[in-house]
Amino acid sequence: MNLWLIPVFPLAGFLLNGIFGRRFPKALINAVAVGSVALSFLWVLKTLSGLGSLDTAHTEHYFTWIQSGALNIGVDFAVDRLTAVMLMVVTGVGLLIHTYAIGYMEHEGGYYRFFAYLNLFMFFMLILVLAENFLLLFVGWEGVGLCSYLLIGFYFTEQFATNAGNKAFIVNRIGDFGFSLAMFLIVRQFGSLDFARVFGAAAALPVETSLGGITIICLLLLLGATGKSAQIPLYVWLPDAMAGPTPVSALIHAATMVTAGVYMIARSSSLFLHAPIAMDTVAVIGLATAFFAATIGLLQNDIKKVFAYSTVSQLGYMFLGVGVGAFSAGIFHLMTHAFFKALLFLGAGSVIHALGGEQDLRHMGGLLKKIPITAATLFAAGVAIAGLPFTSGAASKDLILEAAYAHAPWMYWVATLTAGMTAFYVFRALFLCFLGDYRGHHHPHEAPFVMWGPLAALSVLSLGGGFLSVPRWLEPMFPIHELEIDALIRYLPFAAGFLGIGLAYFFYVSRPQIAESLASSFSGLYKLVYNKYFVDEIYDATVVKPTVQGSRTLLWRGFDAGLIDGVVNGVGARARGVGSILRLLQSGSIRAYATWIVFGSVVALIAIGLAGGAR
Amino acid sequence: MTLLDVLIALPLAGFLVAMLLPAGNHALIRRFTLGLSLLIFAVSLGLVGPYWFAHPSGYVFETNIAWINSPAIRYHVAVDGLSLWLIILTTLLTPISVLCSWKYIDKRVKEFFAFILLLEFGLIGVFAALDLFLFYVFWEVCLVPMYFLIGVWGHDRRIYAAVKFFLYTMAASVLMLGAIIYLYGRAGTFDYTVIVSHLQSGALSFSRAEEFWLFLAFFVAFAVKVPLFPLHTWLPDAHVEAPTAGSIMLASVMLKMGTYGLLRYCVMLFPNAAHENAGWIVVLAIIGIVYGALVAMVQPNMKKLVAYSSVSHLGFVVLGIFSFTQPGFDGAVYQMLNHGVSTGALFLLVGFLYERRHSLEISAYGGVATPAPQLAAVFMISMLASIGLPTLNNFIGEYLVLQGSALVNFHWTVFAAIGVILSACYMLWLYQRVFFGKTPDDVAHHMPDMTVREWAAALPLIALMVWMGTFTQSFIPPISATNAVILARTKANIETQVKRGAPPAPDGSHPAAHTVLASLEEFFRAR
Repeated sequence: MNLWLIPVFPLAGFLLNGIFGRRFPKALINAVAVGSVALSFLWVLKTLSGLGSLDTAHTEHYFTWIQSGALNIGVDFAVDRLTAVMLMVVTGVGLLIHTYAIGYMEHEGGYYRFFAYLNLFMFFMLILVLAENFLLLFVGWEGVGLCSYLLIGFYFTEQFATNAGNKAFIVNRIGDFGFSLAMFLIVRQFGSLDFARVFGAAAALPVETSLGGITIICLLLLLGATGKSAQIPLYVWLPDAMAGPTPVSALIHAATMVTAGVYMIARSSSLFLHAPIAMDTVAVIGLATAFFAATIGLLQNDIKKVFAYSTVSQLGYMFLGVGVGAFSAGIFHLMTHAFFKALLFLGAGSVIHALGGEQDLRHMGGLLKKIPITAATLFAAGVAIAGLPFTSGAASKDLILEAAYAHAPWMYWVATLTAGMTAFYVFRALFLCFLGDYRGHHHPHEAPFVMWGPLAALSVLSLGGGFLSVPRWLEPMFPIHELEIDALIRYLPFAAGFLGIGLAYFFYVSRPQIAESLASSFSGLYKLVYNKYFVDEIYDATVVKPTVQGSRTLLWRGFDAGLIDGVVNGVGARARGVGSILRLLQSGSIRAYATWIVFGSVVALIAIGLAGGAR
Repeated sequence: MTLLDVLIALPLAGFLVAMLLPAGNHALIRRFTLGLSLLIFAVSLGLVGPYWFAHPSGYVFETNIAWINSPAIRYHVAVDGLSLWLIILTTLLTPISVLCSWKYIDKRVKEFFAFILLLEFGLIGVFAALDLFLFYVFWEVCLVPMYFLIGVWGHDRRIYAAVKFFLYTMAASVLMLGAIIYLYGRAGTFDYTVIVSHLQSGALSFSRAEEFWLFLAFFVAFAVKVPLFPLHTWLPDAHVEAPTAGSIMLASVMLKMGTYGLLRYCVMLFPNAAHENAGWIVVLAIIGIVYGALVAMVQPNMKKLVAYSSVSHLGFVVLGIFSFTQPGFDGAVYQMLNHGVSTGALFLLVGFLYERRHSLEISAYGGVATPAPQLAAVFMISMLASIGLPTLNNFIGEYLVLQGSALVNFHWTVFAAIGVILSACYMLWLYQRVFFGKTPDDVAHHMPDMTVREWAAALPLIALMVWMGTFTQSFIPPISATNAVILARTKANIETQVKRGAPPAPDGSHPAAHTVLASLEEFFRAR
């Protein structure tokens, strides 16, 4: 079926725009960038329709990548039902965001560079989802990280942007450290990195109740996933990543790349199912992240930061889902989240675009009448993420909550509380943005069609995407457990959503002064949360500074230049006495040196001759 | 007269001719050296011939004639999977070094280019020699031109650096010379292949202590060259003071003399000692990986930063060798090539920056990406290769080395893999400080983008990074075949651990590589 064409189209787009884009007119850059993703999307459609029901995975082998000893790693792609979902999300949402970016980036410098990077991202993301072995998945995994780094630091003359890019790359490297260690152990244990072989072998092994080999592998994979998918303890890079242009935040830092960790865990479900300890760890990390990030989201004033913490929080839900064994619910939420979070970011981008770059909610307000289409689409995304009935968010989130309840009721309660907080902070942002009076000094203008078209499409998906029954589609891979759940438990999350929205309306529209007085009466707590619990500062003081300072003073100045060279130069000083005689040889004339070389070689040969002769 | 003999003779002849050229005619000397080095590169590609359809694990292009009768020193040279790519790496980097010195070198031009050719002669010889004495001669021949490249054409502290370089390596190689002469006394020959076959047949055997001391003498000589922590302090000084071409040849090829020697001589001649001492050597290698990266992170000087990163990268090579596994060996050899390509490119690009701004201090730069986007892009790709981004070359080497070490001792891998995290730190910070940010006026005025000549030097390396990272099997099979032989010699293979439940994929494995494997498996099943 020529699966390789799917990633190669965007790769070609990257090469064309990356190498020649500087001389291309904008229309041609657009055609290459969007056209390549469109071709990729069409090829996905053609492939999937050709493959039909996909009851078994369709695998294609291209060439051997690495062969060393018994270790054989191929460049192999495979499509199964899980990959099909990912392919549709990545190319579909990717196409919409590429189209939107034409309008958003119109007045920005480095236009060709932006689209080249975006295409390169699509290439690596598609490698990631098509890979049939861990190493190839890792190629996509690191590659999307690279593109994330390049695009976060897109405005490279700004220090904060390049700092954020570095932070994203390095924090992800810590996660990748775990991922790569997991791969080494997988080879050790299973002798291969091919999914079919590893998962096939794992299925035959017993479930580990203690810290065994598979559990360690899964925990290391989880470390990788916490990096890429911004979970505790490695979530810190994602909020800073908002320094990149908004379409990047939508595509990479909301819809696709950051969900790679969830995909990877779902992909490795055969391993995780044999490691209940690792599964529980996934669930707890997901739940803790969902709650923790939501509390930070309550108080952010930058519209993109609100949505960034919301992404961290929603990814936590996905981890909770896969952690409690509801893999298909996790993937379902991955898809619906791609719709509504991409929409939130693109809508926020449209607001920012309309306000000439303003991102602070305190300088917005009353925009409902000025940019009604954007407002309507953003509210569509808002009700979806708040989980109101019949929206896509409700469909997927409720499945996760129910599975969590069946697994451990306390998890359900925390997650439901978080759902209420989610509704609160998203609608707080939307109300601050669209209701009340305008508090800034720009002349807002509605986005062009090329921007609001994708917004409209995503609105439809956000509202109606829940009717695409992903769990049913994935049932052959991830069996659905029918749960006996009280109606109360089932409908309580809706109430939490409505309550959150109501409270947001109360605090920020009807009685705005109450929010301020609450903030001042709990100023300690307020400051702690407002400053994101000082986690960045703690990491800086405990990890970054000691490493850098220690390397400089202890290792370099102390050990390297001080101790080792001290000894070497001490020996050298002794030798200087001899050297003062030998210096006579050092005339500086190359010819003289050449003579010495010949002379020296002859002496050496004679010496050897004598030694040999003496024997 | 084989192709290899031609390849060894050409640079020597070139050196002699260059010395005879009129000193004033710089253009002629440059063109002559470039033309000849390109010719040598073209000739060297012919070495791949025997490996095109088959994967011989033994020697090809062998010449074995007497050079000196008493003592019996033979001109015995050949190519195998271990030396093949290292020779081609040498012949590739020589014209690149010539190109980057085109304008950079303006004093004593004739001698400079002559020394480049002499260096090439020595390096090809080191990798081709199969007679221990011949090897030692070539080894010393390499030192001399490098000493002068640093001492004559270097920066301010060039004499200190050159003498430090010379004394460090000289002191260590004297030990090796002693060991070689001792070996001659025991075996009655300098011929490496004869000694190996005597050792294998039992006609020659060492006592445990004897083997240990011989191993150690060779090991120290090679370890200084690698350089292995804590014998590395000559390297940063040598690199900082060397001209660009010197840094490239030093980092890309000369350091590999050490790692090549470890595999070819230390492991092959003294397998028991090598295996018994692997523990502490691996510890030093891992310390080097982490230590080199940490110290690189805080360097204010670009060349020093890249030099310390070399200490870190070469630590991976040593780790791979002393893991005594097939992936470890293959990764180590591949990493030698990778490091040659990517670090060579980094030194080349730092040289380009230096030619524009006349400073190696990172703080003298900033915002270079705005006036010189092509330079920024090429540097970016080289940096990504250096930090082991998949699809580029270093990733393959690091992966195989770490995989190999994980088969033996997972703790090693955990610590060594920290180096992969740190590499991103020092390289990204370097890149940010040099290329990103606002462009100060004094940088903007001195920062034209890359010229055609500079592209000609950089493009082959960039292409190789991608090629070696993606179509790895273009390069690995000859390496693997030879390594399998070395591994069989050490009798320390951990292959069985990989084999569990994993026969090579019928569609994926290379037929010839498969036969080697099959024979190897038989070999192990037999005992």
